[in-house]
Amino acid sequence: MTTFLQTLMDAISVGSLYALIALGYTMVYGVLRFINFAHGDVFMLGAWFSFWVTTKFGWAGEGAHPSIPRALTVMAIAMALCGLLGYLIERLAYRPLRFAPRLNVLITAIGVSLLLQNTGQLKYVFGTENQRMPTLLPATTLATVAGVNITLIDVIIVAGSLVLMGVLDRLVYRSRMGMAMRAVAFDPHTASLMGVNVNRTVSATFVAGSMLAAAAGFLYATKYPNLNQPAFSTWTLLGLKAFIAAVVGGIGNIRGAMVGGLLIGLIEQFGVAYSAPLSHGYITGEFKEIYVFALLILVLLVKPSGILGRLTVEKV
Amino acid sequence: MADSPTTTARPIASIRARTLQLTPPRWVAFCRGAAPIVIGVALAVLLQFYANRWFGGYREKILIDIGINIILAVSLNIVNGYTGQFSIGHAGFMAVGAYTAGFIMYYGSFWLFGDTQFHGGILSATTDPRGLHGPGFSGGDLLFPAALIAGGLVAALFGFIVGLPSLRLRGDYLAIVTLGFGEIVRVVIETTGTVLAGDEIGGQPWYRLLNRVGGPMGFGGLPIYASSFWVWVCVAATVLAAYRIKASTMGRAFLAVRENEIAAASLGVPITRYKVRAFVIAAFFAGVAGGLFAHEIGNMLNAGELGFLKSFDIIIMVVLGGMGSISGAVVAAIVLTILPEALRSVSEFRMIAYALLLIVMMIARPQGLLGIHEMWDLPYFRRRRTGGKTA
Amino acid sequence: MALLEIHNLDVHYGAIQALRGVSVSVEQGKIVTMLGANGAGKSTTLRAVSGLIRPTRGEVRFDGKPIHNLPPHRIVEMGISHVPEGRGIFPGFTVEENLQAGAYVRKMSHGEFERERGRVTKLFPVLKERLAQPAGTLSGGEQQMLAIARALLSKPRLLLLDEPSLGLAPLIVQVIFRIIREINQTGTTILLVEQNIHMALNAAHEGYVLEAGSVVMKDEATKLAANDDVRKAYLGVG
Repeated sequence: MTTFLQTLMDAISVGSLYALIALGYTMVYGVLRFINFAHGDVFMLGAWFSFWVTTKFGWAGEGAHPSIPRALTVMAIAMALCGLLGYLIERLAYRPLRFAPRLNVLITAIGVSLLLQNTGQLKYVFGTENQRMPTLLPATTLATVAGVNITLIDVIIVAGSLVLMGVLDRLVYRSRMGMAMRAVAFDPHTASLMGVNVNRTVSATFVAGSMLAAAAGFLYATKYPNLNQPAFSTWTLLGLKAFIAAVVGGIGNIRGAMVGGLLIGLIEQFGVAYSAPLSHGYITGEFKEIYVFALLILVLLVKPSGILGRLTVEKV
Repeated sequence: MADSPTTTARPIASIRARTLQLTPPRWVAFCRGAAPIVIGVALAVLLQFYANRWFGGYREKILIDIGINIILAVSLNIVNGYTGQFSIGHAGFMAVGAYTAGFIMYYGSFWLFGDTQFHGGILSATTDPRGLHGPGFSGGDLLFPAALIAGGLVAALFGFIVGLPSLRLRGDYLAIVTLGFGEIVRVVIETTGTVLAGDEIGGQPWYRLLNRVGGPMGFGGLPIYASSFWVWVCVAATVLAAYRIKASTMGRAFLAVRENEIAAASLGVPITRYKVRAFVIAAFFAGVAGGLFAHEIGNMLNAGELGFLKSFDIIIMVVLGGMGSISGAVVAAIVLTILPEALRSVSEFRMIAYALLLIVMMIARPQGLLGIHEMWDLPYFRRRRTGGKTA
Repeated sequence: MALLEIHNLDVHYGAIQALRGVSVSVEQGKIVTMLGANGAGKSTTLRAVSGLIRPTRGEVRFDGKPIHNLPPHRIVEMGISHVPEGRGIFPGFTVEENLQAGAYVRKMSHGEFERERGRVTKLFPVLKERLAQPAGTLSGGEQQMLAIARALLSKPRLLLLDEPSLGLAPLIVQVIFRIIREINQTGTTILLVEQNIHMALNAAHEGYVLEAGSVVMKDEATKLAANDDVRKAYLGVG
């Protein structure tokens, strides 16, 4: 029972992080209809920027002193940096291809992803060494329920994700900018005839998505302080799973991203915890990736538009 | 269209007569069809015996790398270039082929020959001078091509399975499925146990050995069979097959699917069947390339290295050479195999340079250097062929 | 000085030239129509005015100010609203949301929007009953009405209409043209592209005939309707 509850707790916590990243994929897909492969790398850089800012401020090692204002400062700076990065990516790499075939944009996105990873790994930037994220949040246990510790970090992750998702939901469905985003998603030309500044709207989408990814990166680094390199083997898979969350929930659908993120979190965490015991050791926890991909393929075959997605018919 | 002025209202019979006139005699047609195979095998034999003498061992290995990359790029081109689908899991098929062939060569050698060592003749030999210390022909010379084909077939089976979702998915979703496939292959292989040494194999049923292919440590101890001969025979077969496919009805159907799926479907092209076919064919050759890679000198077969980054290397060859161009893929495979060797001193910038190249390429020349055309279609060559006359 | 001045406009789609030195002027308060066969360059002219394509040569002036280098959203803000060919409604939005999108440039409060919406839906009573319905489920005629209503919500001084009668039943076409005249009577200038020459010349004050990217004829609408060449070529009377 304790294992079950602990796993559930982890699943919700990790799942909300997936959901945060998935939102960026889903927003860009919703507006521009392509998979921004580089989004997972923006998430990675969010974690690394957080590490960099913390050490630059001298809040690592001797100067370490967990406090919430410090954590918020670091997160805000990481979000700002990633927001800028998202803007630049869109402006320089994707905008010239706005009306190009999707395949070309997809290839470009992979190019951007590799560019970010490998630039990040240069010895002048973050290097290829593993690092440890300094502690910014006190490791307080708020309560213990049935033997499960509810830590401050988990609460902040879940609450923070919910707040950010709420803000995004309001932005998209209740604001003027959101109206512009949804109009551009249907058809950029028509949206521009309504007076929507398409370039600015697309930029805003990228900035918002990248900032959410940065927040997720910060929270992830806080929960799992080992920042591993090389980037591909550790971080790309996380980004990929977040993307799968977006697809499973229904890509282009904000609430779908939340549902998908939680689902992936559940499958992954329960997969890790229960694979070996239930199969008498034949299947190990490493199969969690396979469950996630199997879920993806299943959803794509049964309901390609995702759990909450609406089916769109390809135009001739 | 040299004949266009004469096509006005001529009786059918005379057209048929003219067609017969233009059709070469059967033996000429046969020779023409067989010529590429003969030339390919001859070239492979030549390289097998002289590559080392001419270029030295290091360069011969690079030539072999080039050959394997040509097979990978040309085969991926069938999916990504001809059919316009986007597979980013090509290395997954390669891994399937590599482990299948490796399994057959390692454990098969034990059952057939009593140990897991090299049992090839002159054509499989990779040490110099060729064949002086071994038999001219040996059982391994038959086992290795059989293992390559088996690897190709198992990969093709996976190609069929991965191709099936294309029934419902297009474009970027399919790309994700292929990526997921590649990752699944890697994870599954990495959960396997260590390779059994020769004295441990005896008495084990074959299915117990299936999960003894090395796991994260890699499949060590594979005999070295990937000689210049086998690699270049496979290259010739792949290029020839790709060329014949492109010129065939199936190739036209692939291109139709790529240009406009809906239009192709409305013309009666069964698009799903052709997409799956493209995947199966491409996976077969990727599997063969994997088999060669597994038995290449200086390589250690490890699933971790046949992941997304390897797939990406192949993609960039196809994109650079031109989506749909065989000669373009060949040239790109050659250039992108030699380039990293030449740039070894600045290797940390290699991927950055590749990534930038890819982005700039998509913005400036999205169809790749040659697009769908072959090198001999370029105006320069065309002029020479037609003797200075423009068509 | 005309409200809209198109002067010597050239437009290329890649290597293909779609407009060759087109000049059109639209006086304040008028309905001006552009007629011509498919591919004559009528829609292209409208797209150049609203900024969807950039002309390679020539200029477009609105109210005396050059607008041919402005992006579409700036042109909308200046008071030009374009109802594109095929209506361009947002099928997944409700009728209400489509209308909100039309009012995007005006940054109105909720109350003001309701008032404006009331003003516009007076012209199209049918829309009022369907505010909560997804726009994609409307009939063709209703979609056309929605597209025009939406364009009106930005309170344009110049309305560009691209084939509003396309694919509609004759009865609905009559309704649409009646509304077009009503809109014009409230002071909105209209530049109308049509293939339904008869209806268009009936409604318009002035007409231009385009052929292969050039203006070949320009006159008052009544005179064009009486012109033998026009009658022979486009009205099927001979």
